[in-house]
Amino acid sequence: MNLSMKWLSDYVQVDVSPRQFSEAMTMSGSKVEGYEIEGSEISNVVVGKILNIEKHPDADSLVVCQVDVGEEAPLQIVTGATNVFEGALVPVAKHKSKLPGGKEIKKGKLRGVESNGMLCSLGELGLTANDFPYAIEDGIFILEEDCRIGQDIQSAIGLDDTCVEFEITSNRPDCLSVLGLAREAAITFDKPFQMPSPTVGKGIGNIHDDLKVTVENPQLCLRYTARMVKNVRIAPSPRWMRERLRASGVRPINNIVDITNYVMLEYGHPMHAFDYKYVKGGQIVVRNAREGETIMTLDGVERSLTPDMLVIADAEKPSAVAGVMGGEYSGIMEDTDTVIFEGACFFGPSVRITAKKLGMRTESSSRFEKGLDPNTCMSAIQRACQLVEELDAGDVVEGIIDVNNSTISPRRIPFDAGWINRFLGTDIPEEQMRAILTRLECRFEPGVVIPPSFRADLEDKADIAEEVARFYGYNNIPSTVLRGTAEATVTPRQQFERTISDTMLAQGLSEVVTYSFISPKYYDKIRLPKESPLRRSVTILNPLGEDTSIMRTTTLPSMMEVLTRNYNNRNPQAGLFEIATEYHPVEGQELPDETANLTIGMYGGDCDFFTLKGMIENLLHVLNIPDWEVTAETGDPTFHPGRCAVITCGGETLGILGEVHPKVCENYGIGCRCLLARLPVAALFDHVGAPRQYRALPRFPASTRDLALVCDDSLPALSIEKAIRKAVGGILESLELFDLYKGAQVPEGKKSLAYTLVMRAPDRTLTDEEADKAIAKALRILEGMGVTLRA
Amino acid sequence: MKEALQAILTKAQEQLRAAGDLKALDEIRVAVLGKKGELTGILKSMGKLSPEERPVIGQLANEVRSQIEALLEERIAEVKEEELSRRLQAEQLDVTLPGQRRPLGKKHPLTQVLDEVKEIFLGMGFSVVQGPEVELDYYNFEALNLPKDHPARDTQDTFYITDRVLLRTQTSGVQVRVMEKQKPPIRAISPGRVYRSDAVDATHSPLFHQIEGLVVDKGVTMADLKGTLEIFVKHLYGNDTVVRFRPHHFPFTEPSAEMDAQCFACHGEGCRLCKGEGWIEILGCGMVHPKVLRGCGIDPEEYSGFAFGIGLERIVMRNFNIDDLRLFYENDLRFLSQF
Repeated sequence: MNLSMKWLSDYVQVDVSPRQFSEAMTMSGSKVEGYEIEGSEISNVVVGKILNIEKHPDADSLVVCQVDVGEEAPLQIVTGATNVFEGALVPVAKHKSKLPGGKEIKKGKLRGVESNGMLCSLGELGLTANDFPYAIEDGIFILEEDCRIGQDIQSAIGLDDTCVEFEITSNRPDCLSVLGLAREAAITFDKPFQMPSPTVGKGIGNIHDDLKVTVENPQLCLRYTARMVKNVRIAPSPRWMRERLRASGVRPINNIVDITNYVMLEYGHPMHAFDYKYVKGGQIVVRNAREGETIMTLDGVERSLTPDMLVIADAEKPSAVAGVMGGEYSGIMEDTDTVIFEGACFFGPSVRITAKKLGMRTESSSRFEKGLDPNTCMSAIQRACQLVEELDAGDVVEGIIDVNNSTISPRRIPFDAGWINRFLGTDIPEEQMRAILTRLECRFEPGVVIPPSFRADLEDKADIAEEVARFYGYNNIPSTVLRGTAEATVTPRQQFERTISDTMLAQGLSEVVTYSFISPKYYDKIRLPKESPLRRSVTILNPLGEDTSIMRTTTLPSMMEVLTRNYNNRNPQAGLFEIATEYHPVEGQELPDETANLTIGMYGGDCDFFTLKGMIENLLHVLNIPDWEVTAETGDPTFHPGRCAVITCGGETLGILGEVHPKVCENYGIGCRCLLARLPVAALFDHVGAPRQYRALPRFPASTRDLALVCDDSLPALSIEKAIRKAVGGILESLELFDLYKGAQVPEGKKSLAYTLVMRAPDRTLTDEEADKAIAKALRILEGMGVTLRA
Repeated sequence: MKEALQAILTKAQEQLRAAGDLKALDEIRVAVLGKKGELTGILKSMGKLSPEERPVIGQLANEVRSQIEALLEERIAEVKEEELSRRLQAEQLDVTLPGQRRPLGKKHPLTQVLDEVKEIFLGMGFSVVQGPEVELDYYNFEALNLPKDHPARDTQDTFYITDRVLLRTQTSGVQVRVMEKQKPPIRAISPGRVYRSDAVDATHSPLFHQIEGLVVDKGVTMADLKGTLEIFVKHLYGNDTVVRFRPHHFPFTEPSAEMDAQCFACHGEGCRLCKGEGWIEILGCGMVHPKVLRGCGIDPEEYSGFAFGIGLERIVMRNFNIDDLRLFYENDLRFLSQF
């Protein structure tokens, strides 16, 4: 909403700077986005009178003018324009003047003749022929204004208004108007304000002789008022009206159209004007559109209507979509003789849906959809007729048609100053509250406050408290600390996720944050089988694009995307993690399950499968998850069939980790090995072991033995470890692989594994015999598995 | 014999003073004081002396020995000191060479600031709760006093899953879920992802984060709302932060407000950072609307409360002077490693 300060001053006198005005209005609830002082880009441009015109001695297309600008001597100015004449009043940009767009004018020579400035066109002043209909756009702006020579051009042509831009919230359609803002400004600055009540003189004839209005759907048309104007004299509006429309961002057209826009801006209520000669049968029917009906709207588009849409029709066909836009043939033309003004109130939600369906949200529809006051119809239509009289734009016909279906009764809200103060934490005197509310045009009855009909947003005593608070000043309300106590705890699950995150950070991985929606094609990129249940995703009906059209059921593609971006940006290595949500649809459940998953992605450096596995082993240790197992996973198509493992605990899967399948890397265009892991947080959380207990530090020395073993390459190391643990038993303190060798020193198809065993008894020093015996036992069992000591 | 002792002393003293390392000193010790040393030799031949001479020479010999020993000790200390100082000299490093850095994991900047926010509210007795991102229309809109056909629904361009299910456009729905489950007193924040169908650019993303806050109890006032949020913003931005509360409109709070912080760059004068306004919007807040309380089975005559919603990206961008929202979701390590 753009507010002309000149227009505002018709109704309330506020003598502050635009900046102070903006601040104060913002703080009382009408947020100012900014303001613009018209003509502020123009300087040193004045009204001049052309005294004499001579041909340029060296250029046929130029003339040399002597221009009186109210100084001692006339200025000599060269121009190429052809519409200038002696005696014409013109805008003169003098030496060192400024024009809109930052253009600067200096004196100079044109084809050898001195020129001390420039004569300006409309365009050079930032104007169009809509602002000054008597002027032409391709030539010098010949002024027909009441002005004096030497006068600043801004004041001469009324380019000296200040335009304040408001951001009005959707609950306050009443403030989308000059009068609404005048009321707010008057209270904010404590100035008098009186809502005007427009009056119209006695008209000619009688509207009821020429027009009949029928409202077929009173639910959607709460009120319909109409007045008629005959002998319409279409002409440009007067300058003051054009200026105000321009300042409000509306293009002036002609007096009748301008009046409807002017009233809409002033009262906040959209108006419509019909040409009577296109109203067939002299009747207006407000009805639902018929199946298959169409209308050519003012913007020249043929639109199909549906029966849920409300239209304004004549005896035959629709002439306007109610509250949205008029039809092409209803508009005001040069030859219009009789006009019908419509001031109606349509049901907001219906206007909103209709406008949305037709894809044409107009100034009118955006106002109606917020819910307007049926009572304003009458003031608006009266104001329109008052302006017709004032502008002598036609002869107003006697009588008003008013079909009022509105059943709104005044709302009665309990008024309790004590409650308001307790609610706000203030100590505002009741008198002050009443004064504020009275100025907002609320009425009082014992214990009750009754808001005006244009304030449909005031429904509850909290709403009344807000009205009091914003004029008392939010910043005058004290700031207090919450009383009482509340138990705030970090839940075990929250702490668990924090620990996961901390552990990954401690291992040098950085955290990422990825979009939760993906493209269904991403499932192909990670080679998810066509029949995989993970392909059933929560699907967005109205996505921005395919790339963000479904909610992921696996976090792996998101991580691959991040790895790809880093790879493409030439980051030599990456180690990343995210605790990311997956969205799994569940049969018979309206909302999907949302699950958190630790997702790890790495490439580059010297990281390999075992780097990743080591990180996860560390994590499981920190999370206190005992007794997990690892098995090779050869069938997951996202992963390298020989470099992938599943971690389980008690038969339940804790996660998967491995090297990414080369085909997946190829799908993403990554030219190096990548690693991925995915561990559902819930599964990890479910397998946390009993709280750790302190074990006494060893008091007796340990016996250490190294074992170099040779076995088939295919034998999993885990089976050897398990065998050793079992054989050595309770005295085994630790078992560590320190070397893995395949090559010339061992036979083809074999590998050598070297372990360090640390054995210790808690209550005595182990003897060499005990240690040797345990080792011998282990070797015997290993031999049965085809594992021998390396020679 | 006296002369011989004197000569040993003089010679030993000279040699000890001349010796430059521990090895040379030890050789002198062996040559003089050792089992086969000169002084030892003299002491061994004392038996040949007369009983009168014996104590005199004995005393003298002991004196010579202790003088040599004392000097030896002194010289050992000196040589050790010299050797240490030579070693330290030799071991000097160019400490301006770069250090060897271990790989460091970095928290995402959004998480860094979110953690800070959580800590502040935990300290004020708020719990942290979670709500679903794929949400029922009821919780996202209807229960928040935004019935179907409410014009404000159009301004929050919503991703729909079905007629009744959507991607939440705000974390405010968690307010309702909390109040349905828990009776007052309630103090909770709920951080999380929200979705709006905004095309991606430097200041828009179809996915971003909000932190919802809710307090419900007997006698909670708008003054409490102001006090609580002022404490929050001062913890986050420093004690000298100046804030203002400006009337606004949210369907689910009444009165509603937006909290602005005075521009940190221009201190209210108006500059490029604050788009000339002098203030930067930090969050939206208000007293929980009586309709919302009632809908959750809480009697607004008995209880009152306030709620607030903070845009996480906005405050993180301000914190680190980040000018492009897209960086958060691109996860380029060159970006992540800066924080």
